[in-house]
Amino acid sequence: MKDIILKAENISKQYRLGQVGTGTLTHDINRWWHQIRGKENPYLKIGDTNDRSTKGNSDYVWALQDINFEVKRGEVLGIIGKNGAGKSTLLKILSKVTAPTTGTIKCRGRIASLLEVGTGFNGEMTGRENIFLNGAILGMTKKEIASKLDEIIDFSGCERYIDTPVKRYSSGMTVRLAFAVAAFLEPEVLVVDEVLAVGDAEFQKKAIGKMQDISKSGGRTVLFVSHNMVAVKQLCNRGIVMEHGKVKYDGNIDDALAKYLEINSGDENSHKIIYKVDESKEAQILSVELRNENEHEITEFFTDQDIYIHITLRNNSYEENLRLNFSILDKYENLIFINRRALDFTGVKKWILKVPNNALIANTYIIGLALDIPKIKLLDFPQNKLGLNIINLTQEEFKDGDVENGFFKIPVEWKM
Amino acid sequence: MNNTENNKDWLFEITPKNNFFSLNFKEIWQYRDLLLLFVKRDVITVYKQTVLGPLWYLIQPLFTSVTFTIIFNNVAGINTGTIPPFLFNLAGVTVWNYFTACLTGTSDTFKANANIFGKVYFPRIITPLSVVISNLIKFGIQFFIFVFFYIFYYIKGANLTLNGLVVFFPILIAFMGILGLALGMLISSMVTKYRDLSHLIGFGIQLLMYLSAVMYPMELIKDKLPQFGWLVSYNPLAYIIETSRYLLLSTGNISVLGLLYTLVITIVLFLIGLLVFNKTEKSFIDTV
Repeated sequence: MKDIILKAENISKQYRLGQVGTGTLTHDINRWWHQIRGKENPYLKIGDTNDRSTKGNSDYVWALQDINFEVKRGEVLGIIGKNGAGKSTLLKILSKVTAPTTGTIKCRGRIASLLEVGTGFNGEMTGRENIFLNGAILGMTKKEIASKLDEIIDFSGCERYIDTPVKRYSSGMTVRLAFAVAAFLEPEVLVVDEVLAVGDAEFQKKAIGKMQDISKSGGRTVLFVSHNMVAVKQLCNRGIVMEHGKVKYDGNIDDALAKYLEINSGDENSHKIIYKVDESKEAQILSVELRNENEHEITEFFTDQDIYIHITLRNNSYEENLRLNFSILDKYENLIFINRRALDFTGVKKWILKVPNNALIANTYIIGLALDIPKIKLLDFPQNKLGLNIINLTQEEFKDGDVENGFFKIPVEWKM
Repeated sequence: MNNTENNKDWLFEITPKNNFFSLNFKEIWQYRDLLLLFVKRDVITVYKQTVLGPLWYLIQPLFTSVTFTIIFNNVAGINTGTIPPFLFNLAGVTVWNYFTACLTGTSDTFKANANIFGKVYFPRIITPLSVVISNLIKFGIQFFIFVFFYIFYYIKGANLTLNGLVVFFPILIAFMGILGLALGMLISSMVTKYRDLSHLIGFGIQLLMYLSAVMYPMELIKDKLPQFGWLVSYNPLAYIIETSRYLLLSTGNISVLGLLYTLVITIVLFLIGLLVFNKTEKSFIDTV
């Protein structure tokens, strides 16, 4: 029990939609009137779940609903979810920027939050002055900062400009300096939002490395929110998946990432296409869908996952040479791979095609399908094609942040 | 059983509501370095990249006092007794300036700092406190110019006697600062939801100045405008300015009752300001 450092109980957060302005005063008065009579806030009973795509019927939404979790000392917890799932709201509550509508968070240590690098930087002040100001805003004392000043300046790599006003810095230098200050924070719990999204690839690598140091050698607890799956996988040992303001999954990071992909594709319906039955065609592709090894429907795959493509076909023709063309196209629909198989059946049948893991490099692909009789005729060639996204998790092709990495992994050999 | 035991050793809790008057001194003390750095930032950034630097602090009260002397004393003929009108006005303007600087500086605390407050937590009261303190430094510089002219007129042979009670002058200034802070906290909290107030504050301060005995003795308005005089006598600021002049220049009256009234109003306003401020700081980021 002792090693639980942070505990969230029934955290909920309600927001009011639309303009704050007209009607605010009447709602405030109504709320106050309920409060002095000892009644519950009338606006807490209403409110929709947080789903931005649907049209709600209330002015109030719950950005977070009944969030419960515990974090152990030394744990690195990744919080993942789509845009608008409530991740940032949760971080704001954890870092005391805003209060929850209901529920409590209990903590056994100092929480420092890094929702942004360089908060409170003043352009008129020099780099050195800003290190002190920013450090103090983040909760360090002057003494602490002074003792780490040399390390901070060294880490930032801005030594030459340290007595120049920050307004003369390039944006990259500002970010470096700001992150350097944050990197030397020493709280018991560190809350980090997607600050790694800034800076170049080299800097991101440095930043992730520093975060790993903080959690591993320092034994500190880190709560990390990011869309960068690579960073999450590298850093975290536990993950919480959020959707529509609720916790959907809480467990080890690999399962959490897989769950995230499932949720991510679940509602966009882009993991499958069902084609309209056309009786005039002798043979037809009825549907195509993407699944993972557990039969879950997903649209995005990690490079180390096998891809299963389920294709349902109808064949009423007795032509012998009828075949299915399975092709992988790049995002501009250039053909990069094709594989064919004869349709040796009649009636309706489902084929499952497996693309083994680590065959394709992380990229955006399109799956093309066609039914034809070679050199004679094309029976079915649906124009509405299924997309396939492969996300890079630990591929060496991406470690230097190069954009072009090709499509296939081929076991090449070098000799001299 | 186990549960209640465990609850004791939590370092802190984040809950929806605050205690009303919770002014967490321990926390403010922890963040004292931030307070000082904010003060430093406010002071040094004002005169960075200017030629005259802190001298700009002196120009504004000097010109205001000259204008007041020409308009109110030479044109309108307000009598300041044996005290040189310019010195009379300078005393009023200097003290009044401290109040307005505190009020305007703190009244947009939440709005002006929304981007910092939205990203990181520290006791929010640090920000208005730093404004009051950095303005105190500015006041110190402006007071220096008053002392300069005081000596100048003294050498020229004006009838100036220093009141022994002048040792209490810092207390009066403290009151002025607390009043500015209290009103500033109150207004800044309300501005987060109702922006109307920020429009009010600019000319509100202008109007308030005329009710605060800045450029006339308090006696005078009671004599000349008995139907409006009561307005001034309900204004705690008027007592502070009138008393300041009494301490510095031995002119006008000192009203013990008025000062007691000022004390009570200041404390009450400060507590209300603190209450509203505490309530606002928890979730203002959602409405600002």
